Parts: sequence; C-alpha cells; structure tokens
Amino acid sequence: MMRQPPDSLFPLTVSGLDFSVGGEQLLSGLSFELLGKGCTAILGPNGSGKTLLLRLCHGMLTPTGGSIHWGDATPAQALPSQAMVFQLPAMLNRSVWANIDYALRLRRVSRTERQRLVQEAVELCGLTEVVGRNARVLSGGERQKLAIARAWITRPRALLMDEPTSELDPLATREIEAMIQRVVAQGVRVILATHDMNQVRHLADDVLFLEYGRLRAHLPIGDFLNYQGDDTMRDFVTHPTRSRTIP
Amino acid sequence: MSDFGDALVTAAGLLTGLNPNLLEIIRLSLFVTLTAVSIATVIGIPLGGLLAVKRFPGRAFIVLVIDTFMGLPPVVVGLIVYLWLSRSGPLGVLGLLYTPTAMIIAQCLLVTPIIAALSRQVIADAHGQYDEQLRSLGAARWQRIATLLWETRTSLLVTILAGFGRANAEVGAVMIVGGNINHVTRVMTTTVAYETSRGNLTQALALGIVLILIAMLLTLLLHQLRRLNVEPG
Repeated sequence: MMRQPPDSLFPLTVSGLDFSVGGEQLLSGLSFELLGKGCTAILGPNGSGKTLLLRLCHGMLTPTGGSIHWGDATPAQALPSQAMVFQLPAMLNRSVWANIDYALRLRRVSRTERQRLVQEAVELCGLTEVVGRNARVLSGGERQKLAIARAWITRPRALLMDEPTSELDPLATREIEAMIQRVVAQGVRVILATHDMNQVRHLADDVLFLEYGRLRAHLPIGDFLNYQGDDTMRDFVTHPTRSRTIP
Repeated sequence: MSDFGDALVTAAGLLTGLNPNLLEIIRLSLFVTLTAVSIATVIGIPLGGLLAVKRFPGRAFIVLVIDTFMGLPPVVVGLIVYLWLSRSGPLGVLGLLYTPTAMIIAQCLLVTPIIAALSRQVIADAHGQYDEQLRSLGAARWQRIATLLWETRTSLLVTILAGFGRANAEVGAVMIVGGNINHVTRVMTTTVAYETSRGNLTQALALGIVLILIAMLLTLLLHQLRRLNVEPG
C-alpha cells in the first residue's frame, strides 16, 4: 500500500538524537531545527557522523535515543515527500531512462505521465546524450546526475544528498553543483553532507558542523565563514583543502 | 585413440540415424532432468531468497544444512529415496520405486540444495547492494523482492545451469531408484554405465558424447537468455 505524504514536512525537528551500535556511541544528543527553504550543509571531518545523520533523517535507520520529526511525521511516514542521493548510488542494471522510470513505476504513475516526467528529468539533469545507455557503464558524474534525476522525479519537498561530488573531477563537480542550485531554486529543501568548503560557500545558506558525533554549531553561512575560534571548525574555514579524519 | 574415433563415428551414426531406442532414452533423460531442475528451481530460488533477506531464529542452521547438502553423495540420496519408496518404506504404498517419478524425486533432493545455496549468495549480495536504495525510492517489500530477482536474473540462470549440470550427470541415485529398466527408467547416464559393464566401450563412449552435446546445446540456450541481461532504453 502506498504511504500517504504528510501535510506539512517542515520544520525538520531533531531532538536529543542518539545513535549507537554495539555499545559505541556514534551520535550524541543532536538537536536542531530546519525550516522549509534553502540549502543546509552538514560539515565535519570524516567519521564525524554526517552520513549517519542523513540516513537517520531519511528513515533508513532508527535512532537509539531522541527523535526526528518532519513536521508531525516520522522519517518513515515522510518518505514519500523526501528523497536521498547516496554517496555511491546503486544503479539498476537497465538503461538511464528505465532507472528514472523505475521510481515512478513504484508509485504507479500512468505510462503517459511517466513519459513526460522522465523526459523532463532527463533534460533538467543533462542526461539526454546517455539516456539509452546502461546505467552501470556511466561515468561517476553521469551516475550522480542520474541519481539526482531519479530522486528529483519523485517530486520530493526535501532532498538529502550525501557527498554527491566526492568522487568527481572539478568539471563534473561544477555540473552537479549547478543542478543542486536549480533544484533549490525550484523550492526543494536540500540538506547536503560534504567536507568540501568551496561547495559550502557556493550552495549553503546555513551549516551544521559535526565533530565526534556531536553538533558543534548550527550557524548561518555568513557567521560560519567569519568564525574566529581556534579549533577544528576554524581550521575547516581557513584550510578548506586539508584532509581530515577523526582518529 | 581408435576407440575414441570409433565412438565419434558411432555417435554421429546414432544421432543422424535417429535411432528410436536412443531417442527414447534422450527423451526420458531430458524429461527427468528438466522436471527435477524445474521443481528444484521453484523451491530453491524462493528458499535462497528468503534466507538471503530475512533474519529469523534457526536461519544460520538452515544455511549450514543447505550448504552441506550441496555436496550430498548421490548414492546416499538414492539409498534414502529407495528406503522411503520400497514396499516396506513409509511411501511404499505409492508404488513409485523403479519409475521416472522416483528418479525425479532423487534428482530434486540433489539439485535443490545447489540452487538454494547459490541463489542465497547471489540474492544476498544484491540485497546488500540495492536494499537501502530501493527502500529510499519507496519500494514496498514485494517490489524490492521482485526487483532483486530481476536484477540477479543472469546469476540465477547460472545457478539453474549448475543444478542442471548436476542432474544431467547423475547416475548413482537414478540407478538405485530407477533400476535402469529398458524402455521404463533407462536414461543416458545409466545406459553409459550399462554398456560399459557389458564391455561395449565404443557404444558407451558414443552415448557419452551425445550426453555432452545435449548439455552443450542447453548451455548455449541459457547463454542466449543471458544476452537479455542488458535492457534496451
């Protein structure tokens, strides 16, 4: 049975969120609220919990403590209205067109309507040249475009993206960033996990900064870029290309 | 070497001459093997799929048993089926011993664990790769299962092929439960064994070549099916 989307998806309210596996605390006491417009960047060193937070918000995992609500709905209830682009999206062994079409077939959209919507997504995401190609032979950039098209075609009100450009060259990165800007301009709420400061500068309206599974700060982009403390967060702003991993 | 050359000539003669006795044996062999593999597929793939995607108490033990049964000795299976179907056995009243049905049962017992174990691994790998993505796209459980089966269709065909190979080459179990009765339960493999025991080595080798050719033809057919793997746009 198809789940009905909730009436109001926002604010996204995260309260005292904990997540642990095998006794190891991976996220601790995260609390924040996101309103319905713009692009939020989740920033932090490798291993700080960015992907985990996205997967919890998307409903792929269940918190071990605290709560997540999209409006009044749980992430699972809100799934019809929010979509996610994974860092390494799984491609079905079929054409680009059929991969996008698959998301609509699941929702039992009529054939005529599917034709129209898939064509629209193919054009929006710059996939016209490769539309008949098998998705598994696409380049990294083309795969990410397809993943965005497949998520976008379900007409989500929120799009969660997990480091969508981490595997891409600068040209492909710019194309994906332009796509994200187009999606945001259409009124879709984007939440983007990244460790790319340039991307944060280009796209984000506000920043959630994670470290050791804790929320260090939730700041508007201007305040974040002007942060003057002497710690990891400042290091991110001043040395955007340095490699960082939590030991 | 001359035996082998003679065997090739005899095999060609048997095939081109459309020997009715040989055709009857080929027909029965294919009937028994394909029926057994079909039944094993219907049982084995859903069982493998269930073990791949569901976690339940006793699952690890079932997996261990199925993996172990991949290497079941055919004569042991033949003996067990014989004991069940013999007149004094629990199913003796059905009168199935020394019939093609008994041979199908024995082959099913040999082939089902192979198809179940291999398909479990194939589907488990695909499940790990796709499940989160499919849930994210809003696929219901039955839609995810259908997608996994479709995405793994090539590998599942190979598991069926492995099962077919086992059944097609089987001689011990079908000899015990079928009895190798001429015009009733005599199949290719038991005929090869029978002709060898009579010293008709050329005839036995020729039948062996025919057996290999049939296996090759069916494998070619499955390879053609594999080409459907990549869908057009």
